[in-house]
Amino acid sequence: MLFILLNVHSIWRTLDRALLRDISLVCVAVGVVGLSYGAIAVASGFPLWFPVVLGLTVLAASSEFLFVGIVAAGGSPVAAVLAGLLVNARHLPFGLAAPDVLGRGWHRLLGTHLMNDETVVFALAQEGMPRKRAAYWACGLGILVCWPLGAFTGGLIGSVMDDTDALGLDAMFPAILLALIVPAFRDRDRRRAGLAGAAVALAATPFLPTGLPVLLALTGLSVTAVREKAHR
Amino acid sequence: MNDPVVLITATLVLAGGTFAFRLAGPFLRSRITFPPRAERLIEVSTVVLLASLVATTALTEGHGPAGVARPAGVLAAGLLAWRKVPFLGVVLAAAAVTAVLRLLGIP
Repeated sequence: MLFILLNVHSIWRTLDRALLRDISLVCVAVGVVGLSYGAIAVASGFPLWFPVVLGLTVLAASSEFLFVGIVAAGGSPVAAVLAGLLVNARHLPFGLAAPDVLGRGWHRLLGTHLMNDETVVFALAQEGMPRKRAAYWACGLGILVCWPLGAFTGGLIGSVMDDTDALGLDAMFPAILLALIVPAFRDRDRRRAGLAGAAVALAATPFLPTGLPVLLALTGLSVTAVREKAHR
Repeated sequence: MNDPVVLITATLVLAGGTFAFRLAGPFLRSRITFPPRAERLIEVSTVVLLASLVATTALTEGHGPAGVARPAGVLAAGLLAWRKVPFLGVVLAAAAVTAVLRLLGIP
């Protein structure tokens, strides 16, 4: 515990005000999306503890939304877990791309757990190892607190209100994912591959079990692969 | 859906599997060097996965279309994100546009 406090203190000294503000805004946004996740989960019939515990232990929003969505739509929990794992497989390439910020010893276990879309993007964007490490940990610890807290508060909202759709909460999750990929979409090749993959997933949705269309979307990569071949 | 044994088992498997994916990246990187082409494909694949996740969660519900309000909210969010509005504004705008459209009776 003392170790974590000391660590937080050194993070605090390394980060400047502007970066700290950006990180706080992302953590608050994640908390707000957590509201929608908790509310949707409880309104579709899950007990209040479930979205909170799932949020804390999995700590990867898309897989949790997917799990709740599939089971709520009548799908089997096995299919929902498989779909969640498929979506979370992207943490492997994240780990390949992330700089060496995860820490040492038992510390590294927590650092590994904090790896997600936001923390990797923030760490990659900083100059110099101390700043990368501080940004990664500040963002990660912030999300570790905000996401389950948002899910719990949202769950309370969901338990008093049946129609969470009236608040537009279901639009928040795709919105934050879209905000995360917009910087990558400024690059033409990535945009093409992304759009091709999205088209494949949409075309497959009426016919395949939920979760599979997203994986089939990886065929969108062929756009990049073929183009690179043509370049050589 | 409320059976605690099923829910706890699902949580453990999903959390354990996800942690394994998180461990695997740094583990592999310290042992194997990927050719640049493979690294680029790995990186683009994250964009492809996220983009298809956006498309399916924004535009579809179950096996059919999701109506108008949610796609419109997500579209508004995309435009704001393109103009570099901070995350919180983007997310709140998505919910606000969707909620207002539904209030007006548009599904």
